[in-house]
Amino acid sequence: MSTATLEHPPAEADAIQSFTVTFLIRRFDPDVDTEPRWQDFDVEMYATDRVLDALHKIKWEQDGSLTFRRSCAHGICGSDAMRINGRNRLACKTLIKDLDISKPIYVEAIKGLPLEKDLIVDMEPFFASYREVQPFLQANTAAEPGKERVQSVAQRAIFDDTTKCILCAACTSSCPVFWTDGQYFGPAAIVNAHRFIFDSRDDEAKVRLDILNDKEGVWRCRTTFNCTEACPRGIEVTKAIAEVKQAIMRGRP
Amino acid sequence: MTTIEAPRTPVRPAPKRGVNLEKWGWIYMRVSGVVLIVLIFTHLFVNLMLGDGVKAIDFGFVGGKWADPFWQWWDVAMLWLALIHGANGMRTIVNDYTKPGTAQKLLKLALFLAAAVLIVLGTLVVFTFDPCPAGAPADLLPSFCAA
Repeated sequence: MSTATLEHPPAEADAIQSFTVTFLIRRFDPDVDTEPRWQDFDVEMYATDRVLDALHKIKWEQDGSLTFRRSCAHGICGSDAMRINGRNRLACKTLIKDLDISKPIYVEAIKGLPLEKDLIVDMEPFFASYREVQPFLQANTAAEPGKERVQSVAQRAIFDDTTKCILCAACTSSCPVFWTDGQYFGPAAIVNAHRFIFDSRDDEAKVRLDILNDKEGVWRCRTTFNCTEACPRGIEVTKAIAEVKQAIMRGRP
Repeated sequence: MTTIEAPRTPVRPAPKRGVNLEKWGWIYMRVSGVVLIVLIFTHLFVNLMLGDGVKAIDFGFVGGKWADPFWQWWDVAMLWLALIHGANGMRTIVNDYTKPGTAQKLLKLALFLAAAVLIVLGTLVVFTFDPCPAGAPADLLPSFCAA
């Protein structure tokens, strides 16, 4: 038996088809613009490309001034949350084949946080709410020397969903209550509080429940499910918020 | 020279101890919502479908219902639950659509006054309603008062 070879080398026509996709990007340069403006770019894309690839192509080949955040480019760092066709998505996880390319694709910065430049917003208010819920393990007892803190599979499963958060702000910036005055803690902060409130190794759940029992805490949630829909990690955010509400009413996790 | 804040200094002042109105407001909305479904649909069924149905409703029908303490308390319960439920719902909308300030305070005050006036007036009418007030001119009284 000879080595298997391709009998007919692929013809030109079999080459992977590419498409010209129009992107409408909401630009804002604080040095020049008083108001954001929409600018369109035509990019040659493959169906398997991502919106992030399109932004790269624009920045590298067409307009180097386009500004956006991205770090890992593989959906785990949470840097490139943006509003794509009106929905909060990670640019690095949105494939061209999943979008309707017969129409322009709208890309803009996430809402509700101060716009700094092009697709970059000031994330500080978002992280301030995150810090306020004390997102770190607070145990009153020391772990057995040289051992980890023991937790059963069932205890861990309770908060497994909310450990997946990457702090991209897609949920918080999709929340209409957060858009109003930015005082609301926002879904992401509540998700990260949930992660420690229901952790059997943590002893300060009561403190976090008191923090979230605030005027601007969980009671402002209107269960619009925008956050669940926006989460690129598939966290059931609205469910997590409801569980925190239940815990506050019980007075314990 | 500014001093560095102690770690874990909260950005917001710590929540006040004691009763949390937001929490009880939230619970009230759920509880009153469920109770109102029963109250309102029974009210509609009794008024519009039982007996002669909608044709039975006239001054005498309402007067007759309000002569019965059962329907007095039924209607007062509906009045209080629905008005507070509605006013609280409007308050959350005001919170969502206005910025904290004078305008927001005025809107909330207006909501409170509207609900309070309607509740007081409604309760007064339901419990003091007399279809045949003594000393009223006979031509203004409904026909069944002569009996």
